[in-house]
Amino acid sequence: MGIEQKLGNMGVVTTSLETMVNWSRTNAMWPMLFGLACCAIEMMSAQSSSYDMSRFGMELMRASPRQSDLMIVAGRVSKKMGPVLRRLYDQMPEPKWVIAMGDCASCGGVFNNYAIYQGVDEVVPVDVFVAGCPPRPEALIHGVLTIHEKVKGEKFSDLAVK
Amino acid sequence: MDKKLEPIVKAVQGKFSAKFEEFRNEVHMFVNPDQIVDALTMLRDEHQFELLSALTAVDYYPQTSPRFYVIYQLTSLAQNLSLQLKVPVNGDKPKVPTVTRVYSVANWRERELFDMFGIEVEGHPDPRRILMPDDTEGHPLRRDFPLGYEEPQFTFNFDEIDLRKPYAKE
Amino acid sequence: MSQIEEVTIDQYKHLVSERALTGETMLLNMGPQHPSTHGVLRLLLELDGEIVVNCIPDIGFLHTGIEKNMEAKTYQKAEVMTDRLDYMNTMGNNLAYCMAVEKLVDLDVPARAQALRVILVELQRIASHLVWLGTSGLDLAAMSMFLYCFREREQILDIFELVSGQRMMTTYIRPGGVWRDVPVEFEAAVRDFIKIFPKRIDEYETLLTKNPLFIDRMVDIGYLSKETALSYGVTGPMLRASGVDWDLRKIRPYCGYEQYDFNVPVLTEGDTYARYLVRIQELRESLKIVEQALNKLPLGPVRSDNRKFVPPPRSEIGTSMEALIHHFKLWTEGFSAPDASIYSAIESPRGELGVLFVGDGGPKPRRVHMRTPSFDNLSVISEMVKGYLVADLVAILASTDIVLGDIDR
Ligand code: SF4
Repeated sequence: MGIEQKLGNMGVVTTSLETMVNWSRTNAMWPMLFGLACCAIEMMSAQSSSYDMSRFGMELMRASPRQSDLMIVAGRVSKKMGPVLRRLYDQMPEPKWVIAMGDCASCGGVFNNYAIYQGVDEVVPVDVFVAGCPPRPEALIHGVLTIHEKVKGEKFSDLAVK
Repeated sequence: MDKKLEPIVKAVQGKFSAKFEEFRNEVHMFVNPDQIVDALTMLRDEHQFELLSALTAVDYYPQTSPRFYVIYQLTSLAQNLSLQLKVPVNGDKPKVPTVTRVYSVANWRERELFDMFGIEVEGHPDPRRILMPDDTEGHPLRRDFPLGYEEPQFTFNFDEIDLRKPYAKE
Repeated sequence: MSQIEEVTIDQYKHLVSERALTGETMLLNMGPQHPSTHGVLRLLLELDGEIVVNCIPDIGFLHTGIEKNMEAKTYQKAEVMTDRLDYMNTMGNNLAYCMAVEKLVDLDVPARAQALRVILVELQRIASHLVWLGTSGLDLAAMSMFLYCFREREQILDIFELVSGQRMMTTYIRPGGVWRDVPVEFEAAVRDFIKIFPKRIDEYETLLTKNPLFIDRMVDIGYLSKETALSYGVTGPMLRASGVDWDLRKIRPYCGYEQYDFNVPVLTEGDTYARYLVRIQELRESLKIVEQALNKLPLGPVRSDNRKFVPPPRSEIGTSMEALIHHFKLWTEGFSAPDASIYSAIESPRGELGVLFVGDGGPKPRRVHMRTPSFDNLSVISEMVKGYLVADLVAILASTDIVLGDIDR
């Protein structure tokens, strides 16, 4: 995984703890197995044979929120689902990230009406929005990689402030 | 009108003095609320309409009497026929009797009727809301229920919408 | 945001058995976030040990207000909503909607468009059944099925992307025909699929149909009698697995289905395994229809030339003033439909997909009701699971092939 070049003949790598922790977080990010609507089908496609999200260490979908650190909100969130979604989010252990997948989760999409939250950021804090109705699997993978970028840039000092 | 349907329409007409209309080869019959259970029972038992395909309502707001038409769409598998029954319902305290004893499918469909239109179903075995959360006010598919439309956010009204929109905290 | 309410047994007194009130049986909540509920469905189970005594489904977690929203749009614009109803059968929803509009305003569709519709809808049926096969394989611990099925599904989605530019939400079928003619690569792509797919179905069958573990979990589970099915309004493969020969494509042919030669698989066992077999056979039949339709694909226009309802082609707009006016009127104001109601139905992969349309004389519908098959197919679940184990419940639920978008609308 490219680490051989860094090892040299001493077998030692020097890096900061931050980089180390963030690196390990990105490469074993466990998304929650949680689909809402049409976008969930594209999320499934992203994990299936043709797109194969496991190339990025993401193949392990956890059915329990307690074991996952990434929530992919794949679909529209209705007024009845909102509180459930929030509870699921609250049950996830820190650190956690959220991807709003698709137009509905990002801004309500075509459903500008009484039943749908106009953007899931009214319910849970969102890190990355992925556009599209539904976003192509490539777009979702791009969203995930964007989250990886974000995680790699996280500083312990920022966390302490929270 | 389909030849096979004619005697059936006649029979319903005779028994319930129901009017009917025809549009694009479809027959719609008008039945009063207190007759609907008998009409459906008769159609199911004597004329082999085994399937209640759809049960819903239409809101003719602001017209008040009748304001709603409850629609029962029937299908006969044995004879390959369709027939629609329409039940006029008034605007204040709308009410229809339950038909769950005739067709079990009506159970959920009537719950939906209550949830979406606020039409009370008398004698329903499980009168709860089905689609909306229990604490919802109003009945969404009524014409006087607002769509709940939110303005799209552009650069010129960004701040305004940002102020009134709630955002979740971690 | 409202809170999750605490559930007390008093609310469900009329639905559970006496024994639940004394605490002899247990109430267990399953969903809305559960890997095998196929979406956001919540089931409240009353259990006696491992045995299901009662099952109370709770739906509405995906209620989208589609029917209400369609009332606020013109006839053409409302069509995008239909894609998002039953997202496994987007072409089929478009077709059901367009056929209803065509019936309401009395519009003819050219022969080529009819044939294209048949091809695409049947491909969609295959794609939908593939998702069902893959996900129910997952539920029954046959993980590899998921990977195989999605491989073939991608091929179908590629065809859809070819014709419409979108993988899932195509809105390709429009009132009066289809959006535009298919590109030249279309035929080769479909032929390619027709060539490989029969072998793939054989592969699936080798993996599952005779697999003793699979059979053990499916045979004699979730029995549904003919009478119960009809009374609960069950349609589609579920009804056909219970011994009722009812397929709208055969019985009330639309889009020229009468020209094609295909069988309607009917089984009488009425259990989970029969439902599986019916769907597998439907895959083969659908493929047969696609092949015949492609062989017979006529040439000619793909849209009706009734300019009152169908926008003129792009090429005409530059040269004809009249075309420009029609185009402008159609997209700003829309067309008007009579103040009358109609009901039209097609056979979707899940059953009878009906559209009840009520016009109000203007450009917007007064009411659109989608009679979605999953809604009724799910309502029978409480009858089907009684007396079976919790593990069987998962198999039974998988065999109903529900789509929550279809149920909650
Ligand atoms: S963004 Fe589009 S595809 Fe995704 S859930 Fe919403 S309607 Fe469905």
